[in-house]
Amino acid sequence: MALKLPIFMDNHSTTPVDPRVLEAMIPYFTTEFGNAASRTHVFGWKAEEAVEQARSHVAALIGASAKEIVFTSGATESDNLAIKGAAWFHKARGNHLITLETEHKAVLDSMKRLEKEGYQVSYLPVEKDGRVDLARLEAAITDKTLLVSIMLANNEIGTVQDVHAIGELIKKKNKLTLFHCDAVQGVGKVPFDVEAARTDLVSVTAHKMYGPKGVGALYVRRKPRVRIDPIIDGGGHERGMRSGTLNVPGIVGFGMAAKIAKEEMSHEGTRLLALRERLRKMIQARLPETYVNGSVDHRLPGNLNISFGYVEGESLLMALKEVAVSSGSACTSASLEPSYVLRACGIGEEMAHSSIRFGLGRFNTEEEVDYVAGVIVEKVERLRALSPLWEMFQEGVDLKSINWQANAH
Amino acid sequence: MAYSEKVIDHYENPRNVGSLDKNDPSVGTGLVGAPACGDVMKLQLRIDERGVIQDAKFKTFGCGSAIASSSLVTEWVKGMTVDQAMEVKNTKIAEELNLPPVKIHCSVLAEDAIKAAIADYKAKKAAR
Repeated sequence: MALKLPIFMDNHSTTPVDPRVLEAMIPYFTTEFGNAASRTHVFGWKAEEAVEQARSHVAALIGASAKEIVFTSGATESDNLAIKGAAWFHKARGNHLITLETEHKAVLDSMKRLEKEGYQVSYLPVEKDGRVDLARLEAAITDKTLLVSIMLANNEIGTVQDVHAIGELIKKKNKLTLFHCDAVQGVGKVPFDVEAARTDLVSVTAHKMYGPKGVGALYVRRKPRVRIDPIIDGGGHERGMRSGTLNVPGIVGFGMAAKIAKEEMSHEGTRLLALRERLRKMIQARLPETYVNGSVDHRLPGNLNISFGYVEGESLLMALKEVAVSSGSACTSASLEPSYVLRACGIGEEMAHSSIRFGLGRFNTEEEVDYVAGVIVEKVERLRALSPLWEMFQEGVDLKSINWQANAH
Repeated sequence: MAYSEKVIDHYENPRNVGSLDKNDPSVGTGLVGAPACGDVMKLQLRIDERGVIQDAKFKTFGCGSAIASSSLVTEWVKGMTVDQAMEVKNTKIAEELNLPPVKIHCSVLAEDAIKAAIADYKAKKAAR
């Protein structure tokens, strides 16, 4: 099969909609367009039936029951609803929340908002591999801790947290403390079960698992019942937790995406792991001074985050114009700060600037991996020939011995 | 981010990449920026007895705009006198390359590299 360019290898940012998902969605835009809340006619009934079937599929993927699934507009909303909703509802019981420095901005910024309202938030550091130290977590939980928010898998470095141990530890230390898990990157990629992890609230989204954008869900435990305040008020949809007319086609697509993910996860995980290792080995066999960021053992199968020493990430992205990947380099962000996730893992700023994230997905092929590895090697070598730091490294100069004048910013 | 055509041209076909002998008394070397900031430029100028820049070489670790800024100044300063080169302003570089505001620091660094190379040359000359 001929290679089609450009190649999409940024599946942590989003994924294409699986054709089977799109096919399931189409009727719900045109013929079955009813409002799922309409109780007086067949259009509404059919829409409701489709939503309930999708709800069952999403629930089954994470080991929940359908009644525990609240549909939202996406994971950012789910994270906001879980964190603010729980903090507001339970404020009589305490004012403390815990999260990690490496969480997604939707979690971190929800926490910051709560801090402005007077809540106390502990942002725990992580180990070099991106995992939280359980003793540190245990020490942070007090009788005032309302909620702990820890992600299943990190969006940049792919590190998978030991959510089973985390859930058990939280409940052992304070059984009233809620466990929220942003499972966006991990669900459908690695096994996850709300009972095994003892989670109370779980955020998921469709577009990271070959479903459409603009639809997500929050799992809200029913036994024992977890109470949260809504953040959007209105018609009382989704048992009052999320008002607003349901995005029926999106939800149907989410359901189909979840069903496929459940059926194919094991096979797909094996295939992606093999592709990722092929990519890593081809790069590292041919390029010295490359470093894998994150955990070797506890990692999403499709994730590879590598720092290419002495090469700046954005210039490498520019060279990879036929390959869609992303970088932890400052230059790709508005803030000019390199990735806070890599920094939290103790990776030096210069190595953070040199990082590239590859996200392999369902539709990537071995031919694509071989092509990308070849282009990476060629371009890194070209940029190193242009790099004063590479030249100094080759001459044996210790870059740390130089008194750099950081006058640019 | 979309790059200007001139940035892409300099990035894909950088002019005057390389190194001059830093121990040569007629060569001034400027090394500016910092790895932690994501930009390091090394600019070397060979300056004759009349104070005219005969050759310029660069190596840059940085984004496409940083590479383009340094490539551009090597073209500009060749044939200039030291005094003329001291007058090269970052605003001119940014204008020539159509740099967006977030990339202005790349042009500042290129200006600094020229000044650092000339300062090194003058220090060497004074030491002789």
